[in-house]
Amino acid sequence: MTRPTPIPTPTEQPFYDGCQRGELVLQHCNHCQHVVFYPRTHCDACQSDSLAWRVASGEGVIATYTVVRRGVSADFPAPYIIALIDLAEGPRMMTQIIDAEPEAVSSGLSVRVDFESWSDNITLPVFRLLPVQVP
Amino acid sequence: MRSQALRGQYALVGMAESAVGVVPDKSPRELCVEVTLNAVKDAGLSLADCDGLITCNAFAEPILYHAEAVAEYLGWQPRHCVTVNTGGGTTFMAINMAIAAIAAGMADTIVVAMADSLRSFMTRDQAMVVQSSSGHPHYEQPYGPTVPAYYALIARAHMDRFGTTEAQFAEAAVSCRAWANQHPKAQKRELITVDDVLQSRPIADPLKVLDCSLVSDGGAAVVITRRERAQDGPHKPIYVLGYGEGHAYEHISQAKDLTTSAAVLAGDAAYAAAGLTPDQIDLMQLYDCFTPALLIQLEDLGFCRKGEGGDFLASGVTRPGGSKPLNTHGGMLSHCHPGNPGAMFGLTEAMLQMRGAAQARQLADIQTALCHAQGGIMSSHATLILGVEETL
Repeated sequence: MTRPTPIPTPTEQPFYDGCQRGELVLQHCNHCQHVVFYPRTHCDACQSDSLAWRVASGEGVIATYTVVRRGVSADFPAPYIIALIDLAEGPRMMTQIIDAEPEAVSSGLSVRVDFESWSDNITLPVFRLLPVQVP
Repeated sequence: MRSQALRGQYALVGMAESAVGVVPDKSPRELCVEVTLNAVKDAGLSLADCDGLITCNAFAEPILYHAEAVAEYLGWQPRHCVTVNTGGGTTFMAINMAIAAIAAGMADTIVVAMADSLRSFMTRDQAMVVQSSSGHPHYEQPYGPTVPAYYALIARAHMDRFGTTEAQFAEAAVSCRAWANQHPKAQKRELITVDDVLQSRPIADPLKVLDCSLVSDGGAAVVITRRERAQDGPHKPIYVLGYGEGHAYEHISQAKDLTTSAAVLAGDAAYAAAGLTPDQIDLMQLYDCFTPALLIQLEDLGFCRKGEGGDFLASGVTRPGGSKPLNTHGGMLSHCHPGNPGAMFGLTEAMLQMRGAAQARQLADIQTALCHAQGGIMSSHATLILGVEETL
């Protein structure tokens, strides 16, 4: 077994191409300026089909998280951290927080995107805690 | 059922439950057949008196045309025969579809039957994977979330926003277990304490194993018909007073609000149709797949204010002897949770309580009950409000 790996649709392909390059790209609606995630054929705010890909900042904040103590399968050795990230551009996405001690994670912390290879041709966004700024 | 026009026009006249928990001697289809026949018999009818069947599919034995397969097994050719799949919310959506079908003249008396065998006809790993497959295949599942992990995300958000504690979530499990202790067929009956829950095996922080519902086999069925056809059976008819749905999203990562669910919409519609308010509900039968889900439903359905679900549970009012009885069969946390059929047992328990047939756990004078179910990760919601003759 291996970790579940997306097989992108043509609509989604630019998102995964971006990940492969090390860029988080998001769709912006040309009609209402809403930022769309996950990738779609139509804006989920106004249903316009005029969407443009733009490179995102890669920054966000942890909206909520959990430390998984019993993995979903042998391909996911526990513990690992699943989080919902509120991206700086607006959308929310599910991800893993990598290279962090469970005790160090809490809601509201700032994170930055990184990329991890899931298969030969699929790379996915993951996130890391930003170092705490000491004034 | 938006208006009160349908209030009291349809009644539940029969019910049946299979053995629950670990039931290895019958397949899911066979359990579905068993409860179908027993519910019809309980209604004082024969299959020939019934002309509709609504089922849901079984994870452990998926069948392309499930309802047709169950009818075929019985040598029955109902006029109306349909399989409904809306996750945990299936139960009450199916009841509403039965009412709609009867109202539309497609059938007169419909059996709604559901069974699955997640415990004995799947391995634990299979059950875990099939349940986790509700996650988005491209934007959630690759990260390895489990179903408890999805609910843990909601639990953490509620703790962060309202100061809810793990001990308050644990109160939900303690309350359900105290009821299950009085139910001879419940899968888990030994009493537990808040500390037992807190000390149980971590699954997905902040949830421990005792915050999670059971993995079970089991099935249940009910028979629904028009009011005028409901008067001749052996049991008190239980009337549908109101019904409502709410659908907010499918995947938790697309939720606009993690701590208030579309149960608000489902509840508001059901209360409006029934002409009742939360304080007029004698019995709550809510969807306790995980303790935080139960806590949030208490808030969203108006039994306490938003953010106060933890205090409400900790006050003990939902336990045996309390003023707000909740999940008196023990819920999915302690009675059984065979998957999509899980909420059926909340419905059949409400019928038993309203008939006065709930044995050791019978409550005095239950005239109204609210049954709630949800599918997905608090995604889609269905609320059913029931009443006895005196409430019409």
